[in-house]
Formats: sequence, C-alpha cells, structure tokens
Amino acid sequence: MLRFIVRRLLQAIPTLIVLSILIFAWLRALPGGPATAMLGDRWTPEREAQLNAALGLDQPIWVQYWKFLGRAITGDFGNSTVTGLPVIEEIGRGFTATVELSFFAMVVAIGLGIPLGYLAARYRGRLLDNLTVVSTLIGVAVPVFFLGFLAKWVFSSQLGILPPSGRQDVEINSTSVTGFVTLDGLLTREFDATIDGLVHLLMPALVLATIPMAVIVRITRASVLDVLDEDFVRTAESKGLGTATIRRRHVLRNALLPVSTTIGLQTGLLLAGAVLTEKVFVWGGLGSLLAEAIELKDYPRLQALILLAAVVYVVVNLLVDISYAIIDPRVRVGR
Amino acid sequence: MALLEVRDLSVVFGRKRQKPFTAVDGVSFSVAAGQTVGLVGESGCGKSVTSLAIMGLLPKRGVRVSGSVTFDGTELLTLSDKQLRDRRGRDLGMVFQDPLTSLNPVIPIGLQVTEVLRRHRGLDHKKAQAEATELLNKVGIPDPNRRLSEYPHQLSGGMRQRALIAIALACQPRLLIADEPTTALDVTIQAQILNLLKELVAGTDTALIMITHDLGVVAGLCDEVNVLYAGRVVERAARHELFADPRHPYTHGLLGSIPRLDSARSAKLAPITGSVADNIPWADGCAFAPRCPNALQGCVEQPPELETQDTRLLRCYNPVLPATTAAKEG
Amino acid sequence: MTPKLLQRRRERIDELADAGDAGVSLAKDALRRMRANPVAITGAIIVALFVVLAILAPFLAPKDPRTQYAELKNQLTPESIPGPMPGFLLGSDQYGYDLFSRLLVGAQQTLIVGVLATLIGVAVGCTLGGLAGAFGGWVDTALMRFTDILLSFPSILLAISVAALFAETNQWTVIIAVSMVAIPVFARLLRGAMLAQRHSDHVLAATALGVRRRTVVFRHILPNALTPVIVQATLTLATSIIDAAALSFLGLGDPDPSRAEWGLMLAESQQFIEVKPELAFLPAAAIIIVALGFTLLGESLREALDPKKRR
Repeated sequence: MLRFIVRRLLQAIPTLIVLSILIFAWLRALPGGPATAMLGDRWTPEREAQLNAALGLDQPIWVQYWKFLGRAITGDFGNSTVTGLPVIEEIGRGFTATVELSFFAMVVAIGLGIPLGYLAARYRGRLLDNLTVVSTLIGVAVPVFFLGFLAKWVFSSQLGILPPSGRQDVEINSTSVTGFVTLDGLLTREFDATIDGLVHLLMPALVLATIPMAVIVRITRASVLDVLDEDFVRTAESKGLGTATIRRRHVLRNALLPVSTTIGLQTGLLLAGAVLTEKVFVWGGLGSLLAEAIELKDYPRLQALILLAAVVYVVVNLLVDISYAIIDPRVRVGR
Repeated sequence: MALLEVRDLSVVFGRKRQKPFTAVDGVSFSVAAGQTVGLVGESGCGKSVTSLAIMGLLPKRGVRVSGSVTFDGTELLTLSDKQLRDRRGRDLGMVFQDPLTSLNPVIPIGLQVTEVLRRHRGLDHKKAQAEATELLNKVGIPDPNRRLSEYPHQLSGGMRQRALIAIALACQPRLLIADEPTTALDVTIQAQILNLLKELVAGTDTALIMITHDLGVVAGLCDEVNVLYAGRVVERAARHELFADPRHPYTHGLLGSIPRLDSARSAKLAPITGSVADNIPWADGCAFAPRCPNALQGCVEQPPELETQDTRLLRCYNPVLPATTAAKEG
Repeated sequence: MTPKLLQRRRERIDELADAGDAGVSLAKDALRRMRANPVAITGAIIVALFVVLAILAPFLAPKDPRTQYAELKNQLTPESIPGPMPGFLLGSDQYGYDLFSRLLVGAQQTLIVGVLATLIGVAVGCTLGGLAGAFGGWVDTALMRFTDILLSFPSILLAISVAALFAETNQWTVIIAVSMVAIPVFARLLRGAMLAQRHSDHVLAATALGVRRRTVVFRHILPNALTPVIVQATLTLATSIIDAAALSFLGLGDPDPSRAEWGLMLAESQQFIEVKPELAFLPAAAIIIVALGFTLLGESLREALDPKKRR
C-alpha cells in the first residue's frame, strides 16, 4: 500500500514539472512578450525595458525558468499589475471563499446525485428514471453562467427572496476567524451570520453543483445498473439476505467505486467551474480573481491562478487514485 | 414423499411488445432427501432457468413462471418474497458457475460466509467467525483463519469455488443446487471439486441437483439423470441405465460425442449435427427432429409425449434400440 | 511463391477483412437501433433543423444582421429596448440590430465555431493518437505524456489559457482555444481504440499472415477504431458551443457585435435582462436546444454502438 502511494507520488512529479514549464512558456508566448501585453495602451519602449528588468525578462530563458520555479515553490508569483499587491496574498484571501463555495456545491452534488442516480437505476425505464436522465442531459447543455443569471433574475430581481451577489450582507458585522463565513458564525456563536452566509451560498452553490451533479447521477445510475447484473448479487440473493443488506453491502459498495473517482475528478474541476459562477455572483473568490485578471490582462495573477488550478487538479487526481486503492482491494494488491 | 417436487414447471420470458420465449416448457421431476439428481443438456436447454425458478431468483419483470414447485410440502412459487428469503440460504443452497464473479470482490471472504450464518442461524460475530473457519476447513481450504480476511481475487479459482460451496452449505441446507460448478475451472481442479461435493453430501440427508452440460460430471455423481432439450425433459433414467443404454437419440448423441476408452479403436466420434438454432417449436413436433438421425415423418407432425418405457421415461417415437438388441442385430 | 499459394493467401486476407468488417454490420445494426430510439430521433431532428437553418440563414434573414437601423437605434434608451414592430419581428437588440435576423445568422456563426473547433480537435487529436497507436514505443509514450498534461488542465481553464494568449481575440482565437480542449481527448480516444483493435483477433491474424504494417493499420485497425471518434465528435460539438459561449462571457470571445454568435449575444445581453429578457433568453434557449440535440444524438449513438447493450 505504502509502495503504491510512493510510486503514485513519484509519477506526479514529472507531470508537475512539465506543467510548470508549460505555464512558464505560456507567459513568454504572449505576442510581443509579457511586458508589451501587460503595458497595453501605456506601452513605451522605456516602460517595456523597465518592466523587463523588473520581471527579470532580460536574462537567459533557462535562468528565468529556474527563478520562476524557485519563486513558484515559495509561493512568490510577483505582484498583481492591477492592485500592486502580491498575487499570493490575493489568492490567500480568495481561497477560503472558493473553498467554502465548492464545499457546499459538492455537498449538494453528492447528496442529491447519488440517491437520484441510485433510484433511477432501481426504477429503470420508469418515469422517475426517464425524468432523471433527461434532466441530467439538460443540466449539461445549459451554460453555467446563464443558469446563474437566470436564477438571479428569478429569485433576486423578480421574487426578491435571495441576495443577488456576494458572500455576506453588509449589515452583518461578524468576526472573522477562519475566513469561512458559515463556520465563523458557528464558532463565534453569531448564528445570524451563519444563516446569512448560507442564504448567500444557496444560489451559487446550486448553480456550481449542476454539472458535477449531472455527472454523478449518470455515473451512479450506470454503475448501479452494471452491479445489479453481477453474479455476486445473485449469490447474495441465493443466501436469502434481506434486501437492505444486499443493497447496502453488495450493490452500493461496488457501485460507488467508479462514483468515487468521478467525485474526485469533479472536485478537481470545481475551481475552474467557479470562474463562471463566481463572476455571475460577484463571489470574490479565486474564480472572480481569475475572471478579473482576464479582463484586465493581469498576467502574473492569471499565471498563478492557472498554475494553482492545474496543480489542484493533479493533486486531487492523485488523492483519488490513492483513495481508490484503499476502497478497492483489487487495486491494492495488483500493483 | 420426495423432498422437492417440480411439476409442470414453465418459464416464459418476454416483455411487452416482445415475442415471448419459452425457456422451460412443462418440466417435472422430483428429488428425494439424500438423492443426487442431474439435469443435463446443452446451453439454452432450460436447465439453469429451472434451477433459478426453484430458488425464486428469476427477475420479476418480464418473466412468467407457472406450474408448481413444492419443497417439503410447501409450495415455493406462491411464497412471499420475505418467506422465500427465509428459506434461501437456510433450506436451499446454491453454487454457481463462475466463482470469481459470483463472489463480491470488495468484501472479505469471511464476511461473505458469516453473513449467511448470522442471517439464518442468528450467530453473533464471534461464533459466526469460528463457524466460518470450521466451514472453510471442511471444504478443504488450508489455513482458513487467514483466508477469512482475504478477498476473492487473492484466492485461486478452485479455492474460490470451495468458498462458494462453504457458503451454500453454511446452514446445512436440505437441498443444494450446483449450477455448472466446474465449468469455469481447470480440468485438474474440476475433479477435486466434484469429489468434494460428493463427499459433502454423501451420508447426509442433503439432496443435490447437479446441473451440467457435461455427462462426465453426471457419471460419477448422480443417482438419476434428467436429459433436457429445448425446455423439456426428453429422457430420464437411473445413472447406469442411461450410460449403458441411452435411448433418446439426443442422449445417444451426447454420449457419442465423448471419447471413451472402452470403445473400439476404429469407432469415430459422432458429434450431433446442427445447433439449437435448428429447433422447431414443440407445438409442431419434436424440437430435436431437425437434428435427429432417427427422425421420422411423424416426428414433425405431432410432438411426442414423455412416456414410461421399461424403467425409464422417454420422449421419442423412434428411440435408439436397446444396446442388447443392437448387439444381436449387429 | 506459387500462384496457387498466393491466391490462397489473398483469400484468407479477404476473409479476415470480412471479419474486421464486423464494424460495417455493427454500423448498420446501430443505425437500425437508432431509428427505433425516440431519443436519437429527437436529437437527429434538432441537429438537422439547426444545420439547415444555419446554412440558409443569410437567405432567411429578413433584415441585414450587420446594419444598425436608425429607426431602432433612435428608440434605444437605458430603460427600454424596442420590442416587436412592423418589419422587425422581435424588435431591436441593445445596439439597434434586428434581433430576429441576428438570431438566424447567429445559428450560422455558432455552427461554424462548433464545427471548426471540433474538426481541428479531431484532425490534430487523431493525428497524434493515430501516430501513437500506429508506432507505439517511444512515440506513443511521448505523445501520450503530452496529452496527459493537456488533460490535466480542467477543460474551460485550458480554453481560457489559450484564449488569453492572444492580445486581440476574434472568432479564430475562440475556435482555436475551444479546439485545444478537444485535442487530447481525441488523441487518447483514437490511440485507445487502435490499441484495442491491435490486440483483436482479426488484426493479430492479419499480422501473423505477414500483411504489411501499413495495410494492417489502414485496412484493419483505423476503420474499426473510428466509431468511438464519431461518437465523441458529436458530443464535442455540444461542449464546443457551450465553451465558446463561456469564453464570450469572460470577455475572451469575438468582440465584434456585428458578428452575431449566440454565445456572444447571450453574454452581452445579460446586463439588459431587466429591460428586455428575450435578448438573453432567446440565444440561451437556442444554445441549450442545440447543445441538447448534439448530446442526445451522441449519447444514443454511443449506446447503439455499445456491444455490451446489444443483447
């Protein structure tokens, strides 16, 4: 088991190195070089030379990469060209907002997705199944940002029952401990802050959850259908076990193996998905930072965020592989 | 009275808007306590469906089961799901064909044995564990204590089948159904498993239904053999009688397609021509007629009935002559 | 080699080719099953209508979609955008263009973006995957490592990174950015299908008979490996259209308002949702229906071709 983890960890290293080279090269691939792109309308030859020196762009390329890597490992991605603040500081602040949003989105996606997928499989071909399958297909076909706007329009503009944007009402004056609005409210016993946080979370979390949920429903359904056909389910039936035991121990336990992989992959994708949702709801997390960086051509920030998202994705993949080996005894011994 | 009475059992598959398919077509047979009965036939002859119908394991949607299956005087086909679950695993045990896919890959062998003990015998965890060790030992799995915590993929094919047998026999069922228990195993392991089954039921009251396409399996094991073709019994006889003197052309063909040590060197293997695809429906005559070397015009006009001939049951208008007569004529 | 032997060998190869042509009968079988599947028919009808509409759009549009009409523009205020009026079926959009004509021509632009992005993805991806699958060895390893890296970017992020590289975004940068997402998928897919084919019995037999590698690849492996590519391409069309819309929303789309594309129309009209909701709803509905159409078609195609479900 330990050997498997170590091997898998070692395998991730080349991926991360190539990833860093790509992202390093990406910034250099900007037309006219990064300095020109960053300066935009303010471009003058002197300013460009000045910025090139400041960014170390006048040095040989491999020195630049080496320095970039060294700084990246210590979390130094330079300063945002818009705010002038260190990028890492901005990311730190946006991080909690995004994690909180992603967490609730994933709770919704898993909490609704697995039961729905399971029920659809059990009542295969009936109304519930058909409705579920069709809604998952629609769920994937709707552009996330439009869904967000639609929800905002209906629940905030028309009905006026949910806040249109942000994480917290301006009138709530809560103490920040962890940076997670809902958790802080519980810790400091300012329960109104927690409730306010949840109310603000409701729409964005649901919108962000649609795609992972649709995927989880479909994988769960397909997987349960596969397992129901398996010989060992028939063996379990031949033992005269109760239906509850068969479902829990023999069907779900096997059916959830592929689902767990999907959950992991979808979690890795959330940070990217958050770009659209956060922009719609002015969430102020990493997604908002990324959207803003695109608009304002804030390349240091963009570079750091893309690297972060890719690294998160690789790490999550790694964790999924390892947890899969823990759940599925066949993988553990096979390698 | 027999332990298991199957009378006029029919199983028809077919969903709405689909042509129904009759897998089992009025099969009757009985099994007495301690007896071993074979159901033999090619794949698709209805032998496995028969066993699943007895166990109540056929899917509920799209399947119609009719006739009667009485076990120790109780009608099984009309039992509620709950009552059936109480009997399965306790009174009726079943061993399946492929031991790898028939065991749950993600839970340890031990739990798969103990869950049936705890369900039907109400043992607590500790006692069930001890009993499971005992069972694995009984079916010839070495080092049973260690095996309990292992997963199916860690066992060899033969060991897995032994574990499945242990599960089926855990509650000392009065009837054990073995559905092609050796087909998925290596030839050398096959004999071991058959011997094990034989030993386990010998001298006990446990009845065994052996389902196989392999007459060789039947030869060493069964007291009585039912030969099935296209969902119907075509010949039933005691083991020795059947092997010494197969009367139905199909049985004869099955035996003729097995090489034998005692046949003349010049004798060639005689495979049965054609395939099940050539069958005609029983309503139009004998389903085997298109492949039958002995077929007469009458065979495709009126289906033959299962009738007593000497000491056996036979469904044929023009059976193969008894060996003694044939020898005289030859 | 004696002529007779040669002939026998040719016959045997032809027999094998027939065995490989299971693909053809499979396609026929799949087509038959598609016709019986209402989901597939729905998808096919949506896709067909969309394609016809997109091709005929310039002839169907009652007004010029690239003209800002004075009579519409004059009535534009921050509080109101003109609704339906004579000559303008759905009224104006936020710039004074004819909304109806813009929607029609938008179908064409959307189809162009979707199809070109998918085609580039298929062409580049299949070339990479095909090379990897045909040569194996270090070519395979190197190419697959590369696609692994591309796959390790979440898809929308990859499109964003590529689109952000261009100082000026336009229709082509959108197409290229969106196609980048599809390239690694097709590369892996074709390679996987080819590997599976390579180990299948008819290919092993052809190789054992001494058929040249090039012939084996082009005659026996590729044709059978293409079915999953077709399925995936149908699904990719749907995601490409949605991804392109997302790029527009993030300001990485084609900024030219006269080049009407549904994603851009949707992205730009959202701030006017209070004033004239149709401005957003109509292109959104169009995108959803078309994406759904391609998805339904692709999914039912996948199901029809799945040998596991052919019982």
